Amino acid sequence: MSSPSSASRAAPAAAPEPTPSAAADAAGAGVANEAVVVRGVERIFTGAKGATVTALTSIDLTVHDGEFVSLIGPSGCGKSTLLRLIADLDEPTAGDIRVFGRTAKQARVDQAYGIAFQQAGLLPWRTVAANIELPLQLHGVGAAERRSRVAELLDLVGLTDFARNYPDQLSGGMQQRVAIARSLAEQPRLLLMDEPFGALDEMTRERMQTELLRIRAETGAAVVFVTHSIPEAVYLSDRVVVMSPRPGRITDEVDVRLGDAAERGEDLREDAAFFAGVTAVREALHGPQAAPASGGVRGVDVR
Amino acid sequence: MTDAAPDLRVEEPPQATPRDPEVAVTGLETRARRGPRPAGWFARFVRLVVPPVVLFVVLVLLVELLVVAADLPPFVLASPSAIWAQLMQYAPQVLAATIATGLNALIGLLIGAVLGALLAIAASSIRAIDGMLAPVVAAVAVVPIVALAPVLYTMFGSTSEVARILIASLAAFVPVFLNTLRGLRQVRPVHRDLMRAYAASSRQQTMFVTIPSALPHFFTGLRIASSLAVISALVAEYFGGPREGLGSAITTAAASSAYARAWAFVIGAILLGLAFFALTSVIERIASRHR
Repeated sequence: MSSPSSASRAAPAAAPEPTPSAAADAAGAGVANEAVVVRGVERIFTGAKGATVTALTSIDLTVHDGEFVSLIGPSGCGKSTLLRLIADLDEPTAGDIRVFGRTAKQARVDQAYGIAFQQAGLLPWRTVAANIELPLQLHGVGAAERRSRVAELLDLVGLTDFARNYPDQLSGGMQQRVAIARSLAEQPRLLLMDEPFGALDEMTRERMQTELLRIRAETGAAVVFVTHSIPEAVYLSDRVVVMSPRPGRITDEVDVRLGDAAERGEDLREDAAFFAGVTAVREALHGPQAAPASGGVRGVDVR
Repeated sequence: MTDAAPDLRVEEPPQATPRDPEVAVTGLETRARRGPRPAGWFARFVRLVVPPVVLFVVLVLLVELLVVAADLPPFVLASPSAIWAQLMQYAPQVLAATIATGLNALIGLLIGAVLGALLAIAASSIRAIDGMLAPVVAAVAVVPIVALAPVLYTMFGSTSEVARILIASLAAFVPVFLNTLRGLRQVRPVHRDLMRAYAASSRQQTMFVTIPSALPHFFTGLRIASSLAVISALVAEYFGGPREGLGSAITTAAASSAYARAWAFVIGAILLGLAFFALTSVIERIASRHR
């Protein structure tokens, strides 16, 4: 995968990991070099009796190549809906979505992104290795190449010893690591993640976050990450996009940039800059009066 | 073995829900512990097999004691030793009768299972077919199918096995159809999203997700159907037709006051039922070894 416009079928196993092609040269290159461009998107759901719910309205969002963007907001603010629209699992009522310059549908058909959900969504009748292999198999990659790519990915998520286990024999955190490995199988330049750590306990969740940062530093992919946890968003992201419900819209954006993904470690969680980021996002979510660490605002997880 | 009440349970196979992390890890450890120790496996086998065998032997001895001590006439209760003697003496006949009935049940089971699975696939993919089939299957499900036997014997002639095979396949069809249809409808939304995200063709979606999701349900249906097929094939013989099956042999022996011999054929029927159940259980186990 040398250019973002080529379809991201799995590269030969011997190929080196893609290097982050730095957002620097993308600056003047226009829409085609941005990972995701959302313009004026609206999504209205029509209920059984003709009642309509406006899930999203006038959404504008740009995710640069290699950038980590979190979508945060209380339940029902449409953050998952927005992610599903980018993934072309759902279609907008109005507006335009481009992924690496292509329509969302074309990007899906070309396999321009990898995706992970809150539920790991592994196929229980396939082993861990066979689950990771699934996208490669669906897209006609040869057996030998699949095997070596799966070995690399198992190593990346630290599950080499569990290759032959079935998903039901793994813990929730391990299943989620398998799902992340699967989403990386075809070396996508864009990762879409819908609360992938939402169902995990706090300790596992923090470990997974650090691991995600490491993996992301190694792959250089852009990430759109849906969460309702403020610390999670601040810890992981370059930019946090704050959303509010009824109707779902983007109310604010907070630049975090706590340093290179590779350099963020556990220490960061106790760093002043981290707390400053948490405060900034909290203020963006609730307004300045809510800033004191009182927390307790409905719908938003302050873990 | 004469209880022919149609068993239409739709059993719920164990769901593949993500478990509590700690439980899952423990499961992994037990698996590892179980693996490399054949001695443990043997002990487990003994623990599993010895108690029922002991119970069976004790019961047989008790019955024998009762019959001898109370001097019961054979039409009330045949003594186990007499039944055993008859079983040995008539072994070739019992075997032939078991094969005759077993063949009807097996052919019926195969036809019913194939038909049930195919129609379930059709019903799950085309709504109109589902609408047509649902009431018909409901009607078939509530009819005690062996009740059709006398009618079918007149239709196909009293020397033909077709009526019995038809009865067995109808009995087997219902649970296979109902369970498979339920299974085909249980593709998890997250798997559907995943296959769409991978731009999988509808053929790929069927092969990789829909059919594997439905398989455990199909095998549950097949296991229920296997018992029903044997019971139906055997009971159908009570209503006439050719005289070589187990059901015919039991009625003939009982009618000629050879009670111990009747019981010997009943033992053949029990073994036949067990064989069918074991066979489908093994197939089911192989198909769901990931659980």
